[in-house]
Amino acid sequence: MTSDHHSAKKQKAVVARGSGGAGGLGRRSPQRPKAVVAMSGGVDSSVAAALMVEQGYAVTGIMLKLWRQGETNTESGCCSVGAADDARRVADLLEIPFYVLNFAERFESSVVSDFRSAYASGRTPNPCVRCNQWIKFDALLERAEVMGADVLVTGHYARVRTDDGRARLLRGVDGRKDQSYVLWMLTQERLARCRFPVGGMNKKETRALAARLGLRTATKPDSQEICFVRGGDLGGYISEHVSEASHRGAVVDERGRVVGEHHGFGRYTVGQRKGLGVALGRPVYVTSIDASSNRIVVGERKDLEIASARLEEVSFVGPAPRPGERVLVQHRAHGDVTPARVTGANGAAQLLFERPIEAVAPGQSAVLYSVADPDELVGGGIVASTEAA
Amino acid sequence: MHYLDHAATTPIVPEAKVALLAFLDGDFGNPSSVHAYGRAARRGVEDAREQVAAAIGASPAEITFTAGGTEADNLAVKGVATKLKGNGNHIVTTAFEHHAVLHSVEHLQDSGFKVSVVEVGNDGLVDPGRIRDAVRRDTILVSVMAVNNEIGTVQDMAGIVAAAKDANRSTLVHSDAVQALGNIPVDVHRWGVDLASFSAHKLGGPKGVGALFVRAGVPVATQLHGGGHERGLRSGTLNAAGAAAFGAAAEVAAKEVHAKAERLLRLRTRLLEGVRAAVPDVVVNGDLDARVPGNLNVSFPGGSGETLLLLLDAAGIACSSGSACQSGALDPSHVLLAIGLEPRLADASIRFSLGRASTEEDVSAVLEVLPEIVERARKAA
Repeated sequence: MTSDHHSAKKQKAVVARGSGGAGGLGRRSPQRPKAVVAMSGGVDSSVAAALMVEQGYAVTGIMLKLWRQGETNTESGCCSVGAADDARRVADLLEIPFYVLNFAERFESSVVSDFRSAYASGRTPNPCVRCNQWIKFDALLERAEVMGADVLVTGHYARVRTDDGRARLLRGVDGRKDQSYVLWMLTQERLARCRFPVGGMNKKETRALAARLGLRTATKPDSQEICFVRGGDLGGYISEHVSEASHRGAVVDERGRVVGEHHGFGRYTVGQRKGLGVALGRPVYVTSIDASSNRIVVGERKDLEIASARLEEVSFVGPAPRPGERVLVQHRAHGDVTPARVTGANGAAQLLFERPIEAVAPGQSAVLYSVADPDELVGGGIVASTEAA
Repeated sequence: MHYLDHAATTPIVPEAKVALLAFLDGDFGNPSSVHAYGRAARRGVEDAREQVAAAIGASPAEITFTAGGTEADNLAVKGVATKLKGNGNHIVTTAFEHHAVLHSVEHLQDSGFKVSVVEVGNDGLVDPGRIRDAVRRDTILVSVMAVNNEIGTVQDMAGIVAAAKDANRSTLVHSDAVQALGNIPVDVHRWGVDLASFSAHKLGGPKGVGALFVRAGVPVATQLHGGGHERGLRSGTLNAAGAAAFGAAAEVAAKEVHAKAERLLRLRTRLLEGVRAAVPDVVVNGDLDARVPGNLNVSFPGGSGETLLLLLDAAGIACSSGSACQSGALDPSHVLLAIGLEPRLADASIRFSLGRASTEEDVSAVLEVLPEIVERARKAA
């Protein structure tokens, strides 16, 4: 038993008490708390579903269909037909009802549309964050509630700990698999209704448990790519769908001198060094992307360093930090953290880094963790702009 | 548990189950074999052929057994097109056909055939005049379903066939009659159709068996090559048990059709009245009168059919909404869009379909939970 098992069991009593109004419609006994598990067909959400069954929940498995027929990524990708088959077989084994819900229109008009417009304006979006923000922990959470569920469960590697009535969001215990980064938009109100049962396990344990339970997804490889970008070909996707970011244009240095030609700024990211096609006799990096003039600016490594960043769409798990409070900032899904002072509230915030950090691109999520407990997620936001060091 | 999804499939009738088991267990022979085992199985198949023929007003030689309604549709559409492509290459069908017909026609279109898709009225009925207008000198086939699977509307097949033949005497007419047999009296010769598709499991038979009626003398090219079974039209060892069960079910269905219709109409009327009382702004999709008695397709404005379906399922009530795609998710119904429903209303639809086993209790169970479920589903929309 891992520690998360215990904490989840402790939480169960709280959930059960809080579920008085739910139930009544189902065939299942009304006193059992109900969980909706978002199943992707992968091992993590399969195990999450199994753990909720083990904890005595009346579990319903849900897969989200996020695109229209014929637009699937790969047969093995998340929420493809093959993935639906896998998830359905896991649900059969667990003897829980399973449904595929059609969120294709909503996904297209929110996540995909945001992804395209971000690239069109030279930003670097994180569609997984957007999907969590607008689909999983919004539309699906609402749907789960309508279905009478007390909690929404996902296979994310993150932990929720509730003390003194306040929910804290913690990194998953498996540092390499930790997915708290993509959950920064969760608030008290949402967290109270979410469970991440695999967050207390490491990936090896998850796979071992899946194998022991006989889940067919036990040895499935992890998904890496953006689910709607076919074959992981981001460049191809951008030339096909984001024409603004696909035109050739100038590569310039810091002083504005043209040093080369780019093949559509959507193909480049701040911090990128390879594939720039400029030979200046010294290593150069993309330091910024200017969508309005269709230019890419390159510079030396030290030009990547930024001193501060402005965040928008800021959200905090608990109370907003005091002005100037120290936090640890992570701006990539699996990147290092850098200490900074944060000033701001829900909405917008300013980060002042204690030491320069490299290659922060507008559009990325900056996620704040607590200095007192580096596992605890404080909040986050989307990088709107940065200032060089 | 309450089953109100008979248009999807039906529980097997006792007579069909007896026939099925007899040929699975006892007379297991291959109907093509010469010996006693084979002859016993062959006899079962031929008995069944007579039963199916009698149920639809055809003669036994006009019945070809298939592995279901989809295969019968494919055989009819592709078989006629392949055979008659020398005479013309134009096919007429309608916008609300089953995908077995629509996708077969699209496939033919990809290989060079010309296709006209006739619009369907907002009432879910095909105007024979539109068929007459669509048929040309080079039209080889018209395919119109007798009863729509989603909204249950019953077409004037005799009128449609007359209109098609009026425009071009040599045009053949096929009808997907999968949802007709057992729900309305079927007489293929009164309709005047040249081909018609049927499926056993929609009328109390097992899944995986169907039949294509091919009027004597109508040319069809086989789509399954092999040992030349079924007079060369459909190769493959005959599913003797399935055919026997189909025959038994067809006989029961034809015998009971009027009594069943009367009973189901009463149940459906009560269901609709109850639904209207609970949800006054409910919309009935398609003409209510020209419809098979067991079908009720309604939209709950502001609701989501997907959510309604899940909540009804959780409450032990089985019905359907839209059409399930490969992954199992629901896509908006092409039928409802074809009859001019706006997408939001099409998304908010539920199909209840009553059948032989339906009872007053089934209706009561729906009416008991529906008001709360509709209210909740509206929150999720």
